[in-house]
Amino acid sequence: MVGAGSAAGAALPGERVRISRLTRMLESEKLLAAALLAPGVVILVLFIAYPFVMAIWFSLTSIRVGDAGEFVGLANFTKAWSDTIFQVAFKNTVFYTFWATIFKFALGMWLALLLNRHFRFKRLIRASMLLPFIIPTVLSAFAWRWMFDPTFSVMNWLLFHSGVITDRLPFLSDGDWAMWCAVLVNTWRGMPFFAITLLAGLQTISPDLHEAAALDGANAWHRFWHVTWPLLMPVTLVVVVFSVIQTFSDFQLIYVLTGGGPANSTHLIATYAYQIGVASGLLGEGAALSLFMFPVLFAVVWVQLRFMKRMEGH
Amino acid sequence: MLIERKWKKWIFFYIPMTVFILFTLFPFYWMAVTAVRPDPELYRTWRQASATPFWTLEPTLEHFRELLKTTAFPQWLWNTMLIAIVSTIISLICGMFAGYALARLKFRGSEFLGTAIFVTYLVPQTLLFIPLADIIREMHLGNTPWALMLTYPTFLIPFCTWLLMGYFKTIPKELEECARIDGATRFGAMVRIIFPVAIPGILSAGIFAFTLSWNEFIYALIFMSSAELKTVPVGVVSELIRGDIFFWGQLMAGALLGSIPVALVYSFFVEYYVTGLTGSVKG
Repeated sequence: MVGAGSAAGAALPGERVRISRLTRMLESEKLLAAALLAPGVVILVLFIAYPFVMAIWFSLTSIRVGDAGEFVGLANFTKAWSDTIFQVAFKNTVFYTFWATIFKFALGMWLALLLNRHFRFKRLIRASMLLPFIIPTVLSAFAWRWMFDPTFSVMNWLLFHSGVITDRLPFLSDGDWAMWCAVLVNTWRGMPFFAITLLAGLQTISPDLHEAAALDGANAWHRFWHVTWPLLMPVTLVVVVFSVIQTFSDFQLIYVLTGGGPANSTHLIATYAYQIGVASGLLGEGAALSLFMFPVLFAVVWVQLRFMKRMEGH
Repeated sequence: MLIERKWKKWIFFYIPMTVFILFTLFPFYWMAVTAVRPDPELYRTWRQASATPFWTLEPTLEHFRELLKTTAFPQWLWNTMLIAIVSTIISLICGMFAGYALARLKFRGSEFLGTAIFVTYLVPQTLLFIPLADIIREMHLGNTPWALMLTYPTFLIPFCTWLLMGYFKTIPKELEECARIDGATRFGAMVRIIFPVAIPGILSAGIFAFTLSWNEFIYALIFMSSAELKTVPVGVVSELIRGDIFFWGQLMAGALLGSIPVALVYSFFVEYYVTGLTGSVKG
C-alpha cells in the first residue's frame, strides 16, 4: 500500500485518492476475482448463454428471416421428428460419430504405441503426423473430394490400373458409400489428435512397470492389456468425450465433401440445420433442428463432469 | 531391454508406420501435385493411361497466377491472419485473468464458475449459429471482422482459461508471497511475477488458439458476406466453385497457400502446440 501511495506521489491529490482506492479494492480477493473474470464472462454470456436462450425461444416460434413469427409451441420439433430427411440426418449423425470415433480411437492408439518407440527422425515424423489436425479441415476436405472425384479420382485410377476393380467405385455419388467416405476422412483428420494425446499419456507411464511385467513373463499383449490400458483409461475417456462432441456436431467436412447430397442422403444434423435455418431462412425450424443435438451433447458432458468429480475425489 | 528380432520389427513397426505416414500425408502431396499440374494432365479420366500418374513433368504456376488474378486471395489471407491474431489476443488476456482468478483466488462460487467455463468449452459452434447470426446482425457487427473477432473467443477463452489455470497451479505460491512481502499489490504480483513465469503456458495456449481460429468455418461462412471480407476457408469454398464447376487446379493452389501460414506457425512451435493440445483435454 505504501509503495503504491508513494509511486503516485507526484499526481494530484484527488488522483492519488482514486488510485489508492482502486488498489485497495483490488487487494480484496473477491473484488479482484470479479474484475479478472469479468471480461471473459461477459463474452461467454453475450455469445454463448444469450444465444442459447434465444435458440430455445426461436425453436418455439415460427420466426423466419424478416418475419418475427409467432409462438407455435413444439410444432417445429414434431415437424422435424416426422421429416424423413431429418430422420436420415439423425441416423447419419449417429452412424458417423460411432464409426469415426471407433476408428480414430483404434488407429490413434496404434499410432501412439508406434510413436512411443525410439526411432530415427522421431520428432519430424511425430510433427508431420499432426498435420491433418492443423490444416483447415475445409481445405483438406477439398483434397479428399478431388481424390474421390467421379471422373478423375486418383483412387479409381490406381485400383483400375492395378486390376482390383473393373468399374469405378461410386465414392461420393452413392449415399452409403459417401457416408463411409466421410467416416474415412474424419478418421484421417481426428486420428492424430487421439494419437498425440494418448502418446502424452503413454509417456507418463514408467518403463519400470513394463520391465517388471516382462520379468514376470508377461508378453507384449498382456503388458498392454494389464499395464498400459488401465493407466491410459482417464486420458482415453477425456479424448473420446471431446471427439464425440466434435464429431456429433460436425459441419464442415460434410459441407465440403457432399453438401448433404446425393438427394439429401448424407446430411448430418448440423448441415441440415444450416440448410433449413440459413439457406432457406426458416430460423425457428433450423434452431429446433440444432437443438436436437443438445440432449446427446448434454449426456456426454454430464458423464465427463461426473468422471472429473470422481478423479478429484481420489 | 526388450530385444526384438529384425523381421518382427519390420512387421510390427516399419510397415505399419510407413502405412500411417502414407495415409496421413498423401492428401497433402496430392494437393501440391494438383496445384502445379497443367489442366490437360489434370482432367484425364480414371481409365486413361498415364505415364506419370503421381507427379508431373511439366509443373506450372498457372493455377496460382489465375487464383491471384481472379480472386481476392491475398486479402482473404490477410483477413484470416488478422482475425486469428486479434481473437487469440483477446482470448489470451481473458484466459490469463480468469485462469489466475480460478487458480489462486478464494471467492464464493469459484468452483461453479470453473465448471461453467468448462461446460461452455464443450458447446459446439453448430449448436448456436442460427440465433447467434441474428444477434450479430442486431449488434450491427454483421459483415465486419469484429463479428468473428468477438465470437471466436467463445471457443478459445474456455480452453485458454482451462489450460492456464492448470499452468498457474503448478507455479509455487511462495514466488508470489515473496513479491507481496516486498510491497507488490496482488495485481502487480500477478502481472509481473506470475505471467512472466507462465510464458511457456501462454505460448502453448496462444499457438493452439491461433490454429483453431485459422480452422474455423461455420461462423465465418454465415457472418461474412462480402467477397473481400472472407477468410481463406470460406473464400475458397464460395468463390472457386462457380455454379457446378470446380476449378480444381486453383482450388488446390488456394488450399495449399491457405495451409502454409498455419503450418509454418505450427512448425516453429511444435512442442508448444503439443503441450497446448494435450493440455486442452486434461482436467
